[in-house]
Amino acid sequence: MELRRSLLCAAVILSTAATAPDAPAQKFITVASTTSTEQSGLFKHILLVFEKKTGIQVRVVALGTGQALDMARRGDADVVFVHDKVAEEKFIAEGYGVRRLEVMYNDFILVGPKSDPAKIAGGKDILAAYKRIAGAAAPFVSRGDRSGTHAAEVRLWKAAGIDPAIGKGTWYRETGSGMGPTLNTAAGMNAYAFTDRGTWLSFKNRGELVIVVQGDKRLFNQYGIMLVNPAKHAHVKKDLGQAFIDWVVSADGQRAIAGYKIGADQLFFPNARKEQAPARRLE
Amino acid sequence: MMNDLGRAFAEAFGLVARLDPQLLDIVALSLKVSLTAVVLAALVGLPLGAVLAVERFRGRQAVVVLLNALMGLPPVVVGLLVYLLLSRAGPLGSLGILFTPAAMIVAQAILVTPIVAALSRQVLEDAWREYEEQLRSLGARRMTAAITLLWDTRFSLVTIVLAGFGRAAAEVGAVMIVGGNIDGVTRVMTTTIALETSKGDLPLALGLGVILVGLVIMLNAAASLIREAALRRYG
Amino acid sequence: MLPLELKDVCFGVNGKVIIDRVSVEIGAGPRTIILGPNGAGKSVLMRLCHGLLRPTGGAIVWRGNGGTGRPRRQAMVFQRPVMLRRSALANIVYGLKLAGVARTERELRARDVLDVVGLTDKSQQAARVLSGGEQQKLALARAWALGPEVLFLDEPTANLDPGATRELEAIVAAIRATGTKIIMTTHNLGQARRLGDEILFLNQGRLVERAPVDQFFRQPASAEAAAFIRGELPWS
Repeated sequence: MELRRSLLCAAVILSTAATAPDAPAQKFITVASTTSTEQSGLFKHILLVFEKKTGIQVRVVALGTGQALDMARRGDADVVFVHDKVAEEKFIAEGYGVRRLEVMYNDFILVGPKSDPAKIAGGKDILAAYKRIAGAAAPFVSRGDRSGTHAAEVRLWKAAGIDPAIGKGTWYRETGSGMGPTLNTAAGMNAYAFTDRGTWLSFKNRGELVIVVQGDKRLFNQYGIMLVNPAKHAHVKKDLGQAFIDWVVSADGQRAIAGYKIGADQLFFPNARKEQAPARRLE
Repeated sequence: MMNDLGRAFAEAFGLVARLDPQLLDIVALSLKVSLTAVVLAALVGLPLGAVLAVERFRGRQAVVVLLNALMGLPPVVVGLLVYLLLSRAGPLGSLGILFTPAAMIVAQAILVTPIVAALSRQVLEDAWREYEEQLRSLGARRMTAAITLLWDTRFSLVTIVLAGFGRAAAEVGAVMIVGGNIDGVTRVMTTTIALETSKGDLPLALGLGVILVGLVIMLNAAASLIREAALRRYG
Repeated sequence: MLPLELKDVCFGVNGKVIIDRVSVEIGAGPRTIILGPNGAGKSVLMRLCHGLLRPTGGAIVWRGNGGTGRPRRQAMVFQRPVMLRRSALANIVYGLKLAGVARTERELRARDVLDVVGLTDKSQQAARVLSGGEQQKLALARAWALGPEVLFLDEPTANLDPGATRELEAIVAAIRATGTKIIMTTHNLGQARRLGDEILFLNQGRLVERAPVDQFFRQPASAEAAAFIRGELPWS
């Protein structure tokens, strides 16, 4: 009797829980993307426009670029929207992605404490700044998480001819976490950190940190978008996914990206090329 | 620092006071996921605890030790395990429930089941020591005895199940991995806190934390009142 | 199912002998009191008879039952009643359910026995919040409701005050009047006199003496029993 009552209770709870989450059978796609696009608030801004127009819900899982690509390799995403050209081209070459389209860019910046122990504030040359940081053994916090930003940071160290591994445990610290936690750490330690501008602009816990280096051409940060290859993963929603990609590179989508601002600052700059834009327009 | 704490409480208060709709959605999802997970964990864990309490079989001690150890399962490990199972490339990929609340429920249920089983085993074994002769004298078989014990210790078991709920509602590692923290779909209180922390909005993150703790406290207070009243009534 | 025959019954735990080669036949009819000092093994012997413990040597046979298995029509009341967390009535219904009594009949029978033990007005109260005396009466009612042929009572009044003890003894007498065989342990000599027809005197795990009550108290056959009756502490 009492057992039956509790079983009934459980059944009721389970059935309400099971039915509730996807109650309106909505069309949706899963996009593997990066923390920089999600946390900066860009997605919230542009996805509303897209969803209103098409009725397709876009579910964004925000990870580092490396993890996002791995997630797509496993077949857990329909579309990848990331920012590490080298890794993206490898992804395409392996056959996991259909075609890489460039969508937008912003730039990386170097932030650091106002006290500026490496004396690099106001400079433009990122390689020179790196050399001075290493020379002064000034604290530097890296993400160390195979993200697009981490990959760019490491490429630049290489270009500067420095192996930051020599500073590991002393001035070079890897947090192994996302951009936000890494900036939190840098703020706490008064260390330099390499970040994308979008995350920085939306980041609130800056403490003593300010931008110290920006404007170097090498700090260019390109975002690309790819449909996961349905030939590799048959369940990929290729029509819905393609619809999203088409929209992002369309005039409409590009305008939505350009329209996202924090205060007066535009965070991302659309640069989808005309010739790669879709032939057919949505609607 | 004090200033940040003050702002955290102000944020928490403000969010609650104006019944922020987004917050309500997140809280509702948190409750739904964790409560469902705990119900599932109780459906498995309580009978398991009861069987371990009344049955004597080879390897029982090993199972008890294992369950006790599994109480300390790191959520991230559970999350990873469930992720690999539910991923399209994994054995249960065809279900297509990765990055849905269902996946989060599965992960939390796995996390909480050993807690419910191990703690209830302890309570039920103590009760069995008291009841064994009487129940056997009345001719109860082991299974009947197990069900009787479950019912008779129900007020203590509620506390255990709530402890499981606290664990489920507070963990972030597992739901982050298998839910993906998707806005409006799988974003719960803890993943929101993690997100706001990484956006550097520490007062908001802490404010959400205050609300989460407040919810857990309210639930436990309610349960403790019920338990008190029940103990007064049933002894 | 009676008579109950014990053949060289032994019981030990970890090499310590608690019951030592007890042989006795207990028949229907007279109320049997198992008497003896603390630690004599009275409760263990009763649990062996009731089937809660298995003898480590010898055999226990219900001869009237064809000699095999543990007959169902027996019940036991313990020194400390174990009440389930439910109402007094539900505690009795629970026992009847386990005994396989039809659902429709359970509550009727439960109300009957509650009435006899004088707990009708407490039937809906939680059993665990009743007083010690009431709980023991309820335990007696729960056992009696099963309609046992044999009722084991293990020091049923050891924790009760004189008033409650008197009430309980009256209920035992009423149960006995319906033809139920009473087997009871006690270390209370007055109670043994009042409730017993025959005495099994147990000391240090051995059955020392068996005699009708009058004879036992007037003229104990063994020195141990004589010393026990005189109130001398047993040598140890």
